[in-house]
Amino acid sequence: MTSAIDRLGRAALELLRIFGHHATFFLELLRACPAALRRPYLVVAQIHAIGNLSLVIILSSGLAVGFVLALQMYYALVTYGAAESLGLIVNLSLTRELGPVVTALLFAGRAGTSLTAEIGLMKAGEQLAAMDMMAIDPKSRVLAPRFIAGLVSMPILAVLFSAVGIMGAYVVAVLLIGVDAGNFWSIMQSGVDVRRDIGNGVIKSFVFGLICTFVALYQGYEAEATPEGVAHGTTRTVVIASLGVLVMDFVLTALMFTTP
Amino acid sequence: MTELHGDVMIAVDQVVFGYDGGRTILNDVSLAFGRGKVTAILGGSGCGKTTLLRLIGGVYPVTRGEIRFDDQVIDARNMEQLFTLRRRLGMLFQFGALFTDLTVFENVAFPLREHTDLDETMIRDIVLMKLNAVGLRGAAQLRIAEISGGMARRVALARAIALDPELIMYDEPFAGLDPISMSVAANLIRTLNDTTGATSILVSHDVDECFSICDYAYLLSSQGKVVAHGKPEQLAASEDPEVRQFIRGEPDGPVRFHYPAKPLAEDFGVRAP
Repeated sequence: MTSAIDRLGRAALELLRIFGHHATFFLELLRACPAALRRPYLVVAQIHAIGNLSLVIILSSGLAVGFVLALQMYYALVTYGAAESLGLIVNLSLTRELGPVVTALLFAGRAGTSLTAEIGLMKAGEQLAAMDMMAIDPKSRVLAPRFIAGLVSMPILAVLFSAVGIMGAYVVAVLLIGVDAGNFWSIMQSGVDVRRDIGNGVIKSFVFGLICTFVALYQGYEAEATPEGVAHGTTRTVVIASLGVLVMDFVLTALMFTTP
Repeated sequence: MTELHGDVMIAVDQVVFGYDGGRTILNDVSLAFGRGKVTAILGGSGCGKTTLLRLIGGVYPVTRGEIRFDDQVIDARNMEQLFTLRRRLGMLFQFGALFTDLTVFENVAFPLREHTDLDETMIRDIVLMKLNAVGLRGAAQLRIAEISGGMARRVALARAIALDPELIMYDEPFAGLDPISMSVAANLIRTLNDTTGATSILVSHDVDECFSICDYAYLLSSQGKVVAHGKPEQLAASEDPEVRQFIRGEPDGPVRFHYPAKPLAEDFGVRAP
């Protein structure tokens, strides 16, 4: 009995320690951001590395999701004679849910892992220690520009994902199946609210950007400085960031879209 | 100890240290590093030599005792003081720790760009001068992946001296180098020390190279204690068995060949006759 309580206590303390460590790291990262913003060229280079270079996978996935969504929805809707509202359904699914979530999952896999591996290997090669010894804070020189770049890139990538997805749905529904183009666009326009639907989608993707980039940087910075340590770090980035995004998606959806 | 050195720049005073409350790495060590001198810290692998450099750099706080840099006690928790101190020192890491995404030139320019407002022409001149000092002016535009281990060590040295530090710390500068690169590195350390007037601390297990260039040396034991110290010729003539074993590289002696283990008979399941 005593040992069970003992174990519980230890686990609780360990949980608190991990939470505290993350919180401290996050605050230090925030504190390092102004210094990084004073040197915009560092941030721009990172936006290129983690934003622009993720474009191919994000856009091609968006297109594929748009194709599939249009096909699936068409056969479901046509049974009830509602094929015209296809554009609306596709748009809402993409801007509210699939755009932010799928982009975040792809981002965690594409940019998150590369961030973790890069930072982890810089640590293993003592590059971060060398910087520290030169009286240069690695958090403001290395981590903060990447963090800001992640926050900026994710919403833009998610919007592009949704836009390309809608184009994909247009190709399948209008050009291939023959849904009326006027109805496709006009029902979409009247049914989508810029602030409520698109705006909330952008807010979601901003939060997901924060989760993915923070997890990736933390796992890289705290990775054990060995090949196994970096490998575990990249794995944990994908697992923790993906789960974090899915849990947070539920919370945000509940807050944003439960009123009719 | 002070009288041996004259003017002391760094004083390590009765320092005890262990990582996160684990095994004690340094056990009550006191060392003094004379200004303008090359002082070597010798010792086997894992005896706490590198740790000592990190403590001087304020990377970790000491468990007990204190380290003074020009009579100012180093406080690893005071980041502002640390960063001011670190601007006065340059450190050469064991494998160079060069930034692999930058070229040779950009690596040396890095501390200048971060810490000064010099214009690009001035930075270019300083970088080329430093690279020239280590014989690599011609390699300025190469990427880090394109240079050899010995060259990387020299680029790291050029980077460490970019801001003309008062103290240069070398962590195993000879490890893994071929004989030519090794003597090049040794000569550079001595020459740079003499021409810039800096103070040098050299951590190594390479007895011959160290003795050829240092003014004073300390020998640390695997228990993290100072076994002996003195001028190279004094240590070379020492009759202390542990000093002799280390300097001559004898496999067995006060430092045992065997890692502590159960009795042989017990491990192999045989009964002693």
